[in-house]
Amino acid sequence: MSKTNISKDNSVANMFVKKEISFGKRLQKKLFNRTNINGTIAILGFFLIWHLLVVLRMPFMKHIPTPVTVLETFINLVTKKVYWVSLWFSTKRVFYGFVAAQVLGIPLGLAMGWSRKFKYLSFPVFEVLRPIPPLAWVPVSILFWPTNELSIAFITFIGAFFTIVLNVLRGVSSIDKELYRSALSLGAKPQHIFRKIILPASIPSIATGMMVGIGITWNVVIAAEMIAGDKGIGRLTWEGYLAGDTPTIIVGMISIGFAGWLSSGIVKIISDRMMPWRKLF
Amino acid sequence: MRNNGDEKVIKENTNIALDNSHITKKGALSICNVTKIYDPEGVHVIALEDCSLDIKAGEFVAVVGPSGCGKTTLLNIIAGFDSLTHGEIYLDNELLAAPGVKPKPGPDRVVVFQHGALFPWKTVLDNVIYGPVIQKKMSRDEAIEIARDKLSRLGLKEIENVYPGQLSSGMQRRVEIVRALINNPLVLLLDEPFRGMDSVTKSASHEALLELYDIFHKTIYFITHDLEEAIFLSDTVVVMTTRPGKIRMTIKVDLPRPRDYRMLSTPRFLELKETAKDAVHEEALKAFQRGERELA
Repeated sequence: MSKTNISKDNSVANMFVKKEISFGKRLQKKLFNRTNINGTIAILGFFLIWHLLVVLRMPFMKHIPTPVTVLETFINLVTKKVYWVSLWFSTKRVFYGFVAAQVLGIPLGLAMGWSRKFKYLSFPVFEVLRPIPPLAWVPVSILFWPTNELSIAFITFIGAFFTIVLNVLRGVSSIDKELYRSALSLGAKPQHIFRKIILPASIPSIATGMMVGIGITWNVVIAAEMIAGDKGIGRLTWEGYLAGDTPTIIVGMISIGFAGWLSSGIVKIISDRMMPWRKLF
Repeated sequence: MRNNGDEKVIKENTNIALDNSHITKKGALSICNVTKIYDPEGVHVIALEDCSLDIKAGEFVAVVGPSGCGKTTLLNIIAGFDSLTHGEIYLDNELLAAPGVKPKPGPDRVVVFQHGALFPWKTVLDNVIYGPVIQKKMSRDEAIEIARDKLSRLGLKEIENVYPGQLSSGMQRRVEIVRALINNPLVLLLDEPFRGMDSVTKSASHEALLELYDIFHKTIYFITHDLEEAIFLSDTVVVMTTRPGKIRMTIKVDLPRPRDYRMLSTPRFLELKETAKDAVHEEALKAFQRGERELA
């Protein structure tokens, strides 16, 4: 047997050496990949079908404007301050609710996953509160919080909070037992376990909780604004309905879709940063 | 040129072996009448019954037996993950485990697990330095230096900044063994590290492990299902019975080292395999039938 077998197989290792590509090429690759091209085709197709359905006077499409009308309304709206103010208010509410849900939810989930005693203490209350839909909190929230802004942010918080807690809790309890054991075997003390094993090992589930949570916060904020808000993109959409202004409703809907998509994208970037080991190849 | 390079590495390796030869006298395990009963008040499962085994310092012991025969239980007790019900275990004449003694895992008995337990969020290098750094035995920089040296000696230097998820299982296991060895443990506990690997990866991993063993010469407790693997790697093969786990036979493997895959077809190897085959087969059959009964 050759003694040097192991020392020689650098070829296997070489595949991990990064190749340098110029910035222009990288950008081109990033913009014009199959996913983006197909995605663009799908979106264009969607608008085309919508347009055809309206123009051809298909059933149920009587009250629906064509994409062209919507685009006109959109262009008209984006030049007005009220649109941007609405968007800004909704974004702010989502941001506060979401951040508060992370700040309170992640430690709570970690604590519940870490200490069985704490879980037994807190889980029953948690499980009773969890099924209450965020919108059912609206009346209490309005009574409880001094300002409208706070009560809407609170409802948004409720939307994301339970999801993040459950995800983190599940993440902690599904950590492979062998990771603890191997840490102890390598000389870690029990007091190291939380910071060195539980925390990093639950990052993927924290990230999942964040991704699901950001979607829910947008759902919730719009509904809350329709019921209780002044300002906000949800309110704008609702006022469009009250005024019988269908194009505005649809512009509102699409704006919400975009805002949600953009926020998910940002959260995705953050969560990828949090766990570089998950971005394989 | 190439031959020259090879010679140099061989020379280096023998130097290391010589360097370590004076400290390999440590790591003798003495397992005396160990019994482990799970839930003695209730279900009362006897996992191990009166097992006695003497492992010399630097000996490579392979434990073979059907699933549920208690080989992993014994490993967990040695590692300090589990307690025992009766008996004692001594490591270099110091009491390691006995009834009433709190099990304590530690870096003198590092475990390498079946499915691998590298920390997925750490790079290869950070995984390898984990032990010495968390024990505060070395500074991070010192540990990195030693880790780099060890990795490069095994041709793993290029992957030091790679995350474990990017590696094949064979490479992961090699890194994990390096992570264990950097602690300079007295005993290395390997729990079926090559299970589920394809035959090519497996034989490459065997060679890697044998090479590491020839260099570092640590006491190894190696669990496997595979009799051929056990004979090929070890100095002593221990065959365990199905539950309650007892030691059915121990076979001294007198094949010379360094081992070579060509030995797999030598008459002596086949003879050793023949000796153990019936015992292993019979226990596997018993375990299988009991499994059927338990399911029925």
